Amino acid sequence: MAQLSRDDVLKLAHLGRIELEEDEVDKFAAEFDAILKYVEQLQTVDIDGLEPTSQVTGLMNVTRADEVIDYGYQAKDLLRNVPQVENDQIKVKRMIV
Amino acid sequence: MADDEWTIESEGWPSVAELAKRVRRGQLKSVDLVEKSLRTIADKQEYHAVLATLETRAHARATEIDQRIAAGETVGRLAGVPFIAKDNFLVFGSETTAASNILKGFEAPYQATAIEKLEAEGAICVAKANLDAFAHGTSTENSDFGATKNPHDMERIPGGSSGGSAAAVVLQLAPFALGSDTGGSIRQPASMSGCVGFKPTYGSVSRSGVVAMASSLDAIGPLATSVEDAALVFDVMAGRDPLDSTTIERAAEDFTRLEGSLIGKRIGVIQEYMGEGLQPNVKEVLDKALDKLKAAGAIIEPVSLPSLPMALAVYYILCPAEVSSNLSRYDGQRYGFSYGDASDLQESFAKTRDIGFGKEAKRRIMIGTYVLSSGYYDAYYKRAQTVRTKIINEYNAAFKHVDFLFGPTAPSTAFKLGEKVGDPMQLYLEDIMTVAVNMAGVPAISVPAGMSEGLPVGLQLMAPQRHDAALLIAAKQVEGILA
Repeated sequence: MAQLSRDDVLKLAHLGRIELEEDEVDKFAAEFDAILKYVEQLQTVDIDGLEPTSQVTGLMNVTRADEVIDYGYQAKDLLRNVPQVENDQIKVKRMIV
Repeated sequence: MADDEWTIESEGWPSVAELAKRVRRGQLKSVDLVEKSLRTIADKQEYHAVLATLETRAHARATEIDQRIAAGETVGRLAGVPFIAKDNFLVFGSETTAASNILKGFEAPYQATAIEKLEAEGAICVAKANLDAFAHGTSTENSDFGATKNPHDMERIPGGSSGGSAAAVVLQLAPFALGSDTGGSIRQPASMSGCVGFKPTYGSVSRSGVVAMASSLDAIGPLATSVEDAALVFDVMAGRDPLDSTTIERAAEDFTRLEGSLIGKRIGVIQEYMGEGLQPNVKEVLDKALDKLKAAGAIIEPVSLPSLPMALAVYYILCPAEVSSNLSRYDGQRYGFSYGDASDLQESFAKTRDIGFGKEAKRRIMIGTYVLSSGYYDAYYKRAQTVRTKIINEYNAAFKHVDFLFGPTAPSTAFKLGEKVGDPMQLYLEDIMTVAVNMAGVPAISVPAGMSEGLPVGLQLMAPQRHDAALLIAAKQVEGILA
């Protein structure tokens, strides 16, 4: 399957919102090749008639009543880890420029 | 040492049940147990098993428990017993970092359900254990705060990712510890450090308040010095939790009832794990163990699960895919490390994640993003999920003929610190005998099988989903036979 170019790695980094150092790009490209080469063996497995599995214990549509549950948390405690708070709200940089 | 000979001056700990019993009867003070645990942690700092202690909170809780007992109140089944949680559990009283720089300084605003349940029975979290950052790793060398050392040889790794928890148990820093297991992270360090590590059926223990890695595989479980201790801790933690919709109803049975026998039990030895890739000295220890189990009346037979060699390839598609999604929340805006000098939001995300994440997290985010991207989804992700079905089918077929499956926990004994750093594929291969269990969601336990050249070797027993009680009973028998 496809070999990853520098541009591919930079694109993946951008999609994952990671800025890479210049010297990391080639290193990651080589490592990804090794990993992708390893997982290529899956192409040889006969999966005819099988469905994909994402949940293993057979649970389906787990729901609960649409009720507000008071866990006793205080807003100020939940905001304690926020880098920038203004008027008890999370402050971020402008999104639409 | 027999439980009844143990005193607070003795080295190490008696069983968890014995400790709690004596605390409840007022024969032992919880504050003394916490003190002993914290002192041992300080004495054995050079192993770097622990990232932080929760001294103030632990003392306060111990004092309260002692007062309640003095006042004649009922304190639970783990009354006053100290424990250590892997640092990916949200716990009050210290930072929760998952051993990643991106969570440095993060103070949990709520606690993991597992911690709440242990506390409700009187247990006291005294420290947070080291791990590979975000539980990505098999050696604990991927911690952003430095590697943990193997209790048997300081030049070697303790296993991972719950390497701090395993080392903590073996160094007797506390009577038990908690870990998480996505591809072997409880069992593999238990094997390499020399303790019991139990990964229960998927969904048995709530993952609420545990830093998510790969949610379709993540399981919570205990590391302990004995199967009995592990079973008691599991019994307290197991059960449905409205805060984790993947949790299952717990079985009616009491997991601490461990009477039973191996006579006539069919144990299938997984052939795919016993050949190529298994270090000969590990095989030797396991073969001896199998002989003893046979002599004790178990029926030992070879079993083949032909797709198991594919499990690691499946894992290294599914796991990064889920990781790339779970790690998207670390954006520097709501909690954790935040890059302060960004000129706009995109730069803030990118710089925060570049500085905050280590190489392995970045690697998994990018691989995960790749295998989930529209052009490659069918070839990688969907195919991996389908091979997962095939592996599950093979487990189900095997369990029609045998009660338990048997294999090594890890392909080798603990390797040297630094030996495999810088080669991700080499480190990934460490999980080759543990990942398939997570694919199938079945319970598995690593029990010490013996020593080879001064290093511990673990054996792995597996059972069908929701047969955790039977597995613990068998593991207790195995432990007794090999002792």
